[in-house]
Amino acid sequence: MDGIAGRKTRLSWAVHLSVLALVLLWLFPTVGLFVSSFRTTDQIATSGWWKAAFPSVQNLTLRARPPSEQVRQGDLWVIEGDLFEKGKTVSVSRFGVSSRAPTAFGAGETAPLRKGGEATVDASGHYRLTNTEPFTGKRGQRLFVTAKVPPEFTLENYRNVLFDPKNREGMSRAFFNTLTVTIPATIIPILIAAFAAYALAWMEFPGRALLIAAIVGLLVVPLQLALIPLLKFHNNIGIGKGYVGVWLAHTGFGLPLAIYLLRNYMVGLPRDIIENARVDGASEFQIFTRIILPLSFPALASFAIFQFLWTWNDLLVALVFLIDSSGDTTVMTKQIVELLGTRGGNWEILATSAFVSIAVPLFVFFAMQRYLVRGLLAGSVK
Amino acid sequence: MHPALQGLLTILIGVGGCVGYFYFSNQLIDKVLFPPRGPNAGRNINRANMVRPWLFLLPALLALGLYLAYPVLETLRLSLTERIPGGGSKWVGLDNYRQMVNEPKFWEAMRNNMMWLLVVPALSTAFGLLAAQLTDRISWGNIAKSLIFMPMAISFVGAAVIWKLIYDTRPVDQEQIGVLNAIYLALGGDQPMTWLTIPFWNNFFLMAVLVWIQTGFAMVILSAALRGIPEETIEAAIVDGANPFQIFFKIKVPQIAGTIVVVWTTITIVVLKVFDIVFAMTNGQWQTQVLANYMFDKLFRANDWGVGSAAAMVIMLLVTPILVWNVWNARKEMR
Repeated sequence: MDGIAGRKTRLSWAVHLSVLALVLLWLFPTVGLFVSSFRTTDQIATSGWWKAAFPSVQNLTLRARPPSEQVRQGDLWVIEGDLFEKGKTVSVSRFGVSSRAPTAFGAGETAPLRKGGEATVDASGHYRLTNTEPFTGKRGQRLFVTAKVPPEFTLENYRNVLFDPKNREGMSRAFFNTLTVTIPATIIPILIAAFAAYALAWMEFPGRALLIAAIVGLLVVPLQLALIPLLKFHNNIGIGKGYVGVWLAHTGFGLPLAIYLLRNYMVGLPRDIIENARVDGASEFQIFTRIILPLSFPALASFAIFQFLWTWNDLLVALVFLIDSSGDTTVMTKQIVELLGTRGGNWEILATSAFVSIAVPLFVFFAMQRYLVRGLLAGSVK
Repeated sequence: MHPALQGLLTILIGVGGCVGYFYFSNQLIDKVLFPPRGPNAGRNINRANMVRPWLFLLPALLALGLYLAYPVLETLRLSLTERIPGGGSKWVGLDNYRQMVNEPKFWEAMRNNMMWLLVVPALSTAFGLLAAQLTDRISWGNIAKSLIFMPMAISFVGAAVIWKLIYDTRPVDQEQIGVLNAIYLALGGDQPMTWLTIPFWNNFFLMAVLVWIQTGFAMVILSAALRGIPEETIEAAIVDGANPFQIFFKIKVPQIAGTIVVVWTTITIVVLKVFDIVFAMTNGQWQTQVLANYMFDKLFRANDWGVGSAAAMVIMLLVTPILVWNVWNARKEMR
C-alpha cells in the first residue's frame, strides 16, 4: 500500500511482492490447464500438474517382448530388452510380475514366474526373462514397475483432439462451426450499428433523446427473456434452428452495445470536419462513408473484439438457436460441456479441448488489448 | 451447402444488403423523392433531412425491436398463459407464478442468486481496486494488469473446465491432482473432499470462478478512474501528514465512488445472468441452482414454457432497478 503518494519508500518491495502474488494467483488456474494439455494420461492421473517439471514416481504396467522373439543362450531360453526408450534417465525402484503384488521385488532381484522361469528388472529398466524350457503363449509377460520417470511433454493430445478424423469427440468440426457462427455475427451488427449511431450522434430529429435512452435501457435486458419468443418466431418464419437463426440472434443481442459505443465515440468527433463537409455539398451518405467510418476505426475495433469474444465464448445462444438434435452444428463450448459429462475424469482430453477453444480468444485478447480496454472504458454501462 | 460457404455467403448478403440498402435508399431520397433542385428545393431539403435519420436507423430499430423489445412483452404474455397440448394457449393469470413459488428449487435458486449478488460484485470490485492501486505505480504494472485481465477473454465454459481441475478429487489412496485437495491434505486435512458436492459451500466454489473472471474488468475501469484523480488532492493530503492508508480510503476512494458504483452494477448484471458456469460445473445439483439455470431447466428439460417465462420475468424484475438507474444517468449526462 506504500508508494501510493508516488514516493519511493522502503516498503515498495512489499508492493512488488503483493502484485507478484496476485498475478501468480490469477495465472495459476490457466497455466494448470495449459500444462495438463501437454501431459500423457498416465502423468495426469499420477501426479499434480505443478509437479510436471520434475521427475515423477509412477506405477507402470508394461510388457516384455512376446515369446516369439526369445533366443537360446546355452541351455536357457531368454527374452531380453529395455522397458524404456534409450536415452531416458529412468530409475526403477521396485517391480513385480503379477498384478496382485506389483511392488514385490527390488530392482535387480530375481522374481519367479508363475508359468515357470524367472525374471529380473534392473534399475535402468533392462529386463531379462530366463527359462529352462521355451516360453509359450502369444503375448509378452506383463511387468509392473515403480519407476522415477523424467518430465516429459507430448503433443499427442492435440493430435488426437484436432487432427484425428476417426475421433468423433474431436474438436476440429466444432472449431469450424464456432468460426462459422462468429464471423458473420461480428461483422453484420457493426455495419447496422454504425449507421444508426451516426444518425443518433449527428442528425437532429424529434425523439432522438428518447431513442438513446431506450438503447441504454436495452443494454441490460437479459437475453434469457428472448429465448422462447425468438425460437417461436424462427420456427414460424421457417428458419428453425440453424446458422441463420444464430447469426440473427447474435446481431440483435449485440446491437445495443454496438450503437451505444459507436454513438459515444462519434459524438466526440470534431464538429468542424462534418460541417465543412456539409457546406462543401457532401451528402450525408458521403460524410458517413468517407469521414465518419474511417475516423471511428478505434471504436469499431473495440466493438468487433467484444462481439467476437462474446460470440466465440457463448454457450446459451448456440444451445437454443443453433444446435439441433443431429449435433452436426455443435460449437466448441457445447462440445466441452458434453465432454465434461462423458469424459469427466479424462483430463488430457478435457484440458486439450478447452485449451483449443481458449487459444483463439487469448490470442485476440493479447493482440488487441488496447482496443478492448478503450471499449470497456467507453461502454462500462453494460 | 457447406456451412463455411454459407457463412461467407451470409457475410456477403448481410454486408452487401446493408450497404446496398443505405446507398439506394439515400439515392432514392436525393434523386427521386426530394431532389434539392427546382422550385421546391428548400422544402425538399427540409423533408429529406426529416426522413433521412429514420433511414439510417431503420435496420437497427427493426432488429432491436424484434430481438429485444418484443421478447420482453412476449415473455410476459407467455408467463401468464399455459400451452395446450396440440397447439394454442390459454390464459391462466398468475398460476405459473403460484406454481413457481411453491417449488423449493425456485427458492433455492433465489437464495443462491442473492448470495451470488452479494459476494461476486463485492469481491471482484475489492480485488479489482486492490490490483488497480498496486499495479498503478510499479514499472511492470502493465504486464501484471494484462495477466490479471486475461481471464476476461476465457469463456465461462473454459473457466469451468479450468476450475474443475482445481477442485478435482481422487480416491484417498491416490495422489491428488486437484490443487485444492493437494493443499488441503498438505495442511493436515484427513481425506480428500469432493468440493462441488458440499451443500451451501459449493456455491462459493462456483462464485470463485466468476470473481476470477470479473476482477480484471473491475481493475481496468478502476485503474483508469484512479489515474483521473487530480494530483493536488493527494499532494495536499501528504502535506497534511496523511498516511498511505488514509490517502487511499479517505482521499482516493471517495473520488472514484461513482466509478465503483458503475463497476458494481455492471458485475451485478453479469451475475444475474450467470448460466454457463453453473450449467457446466454442477448443473444445479447439490443445491447450487441459480435463476438462469432454473429457467433453462424449465424451458428445455421440463418443456414448461409458462413457469420458464415466469422465471425469466423474475430475472427481468431484478435487472429493472439497474436499468432505470442507467437510463436516468444517461439522460442526466446528455442534458
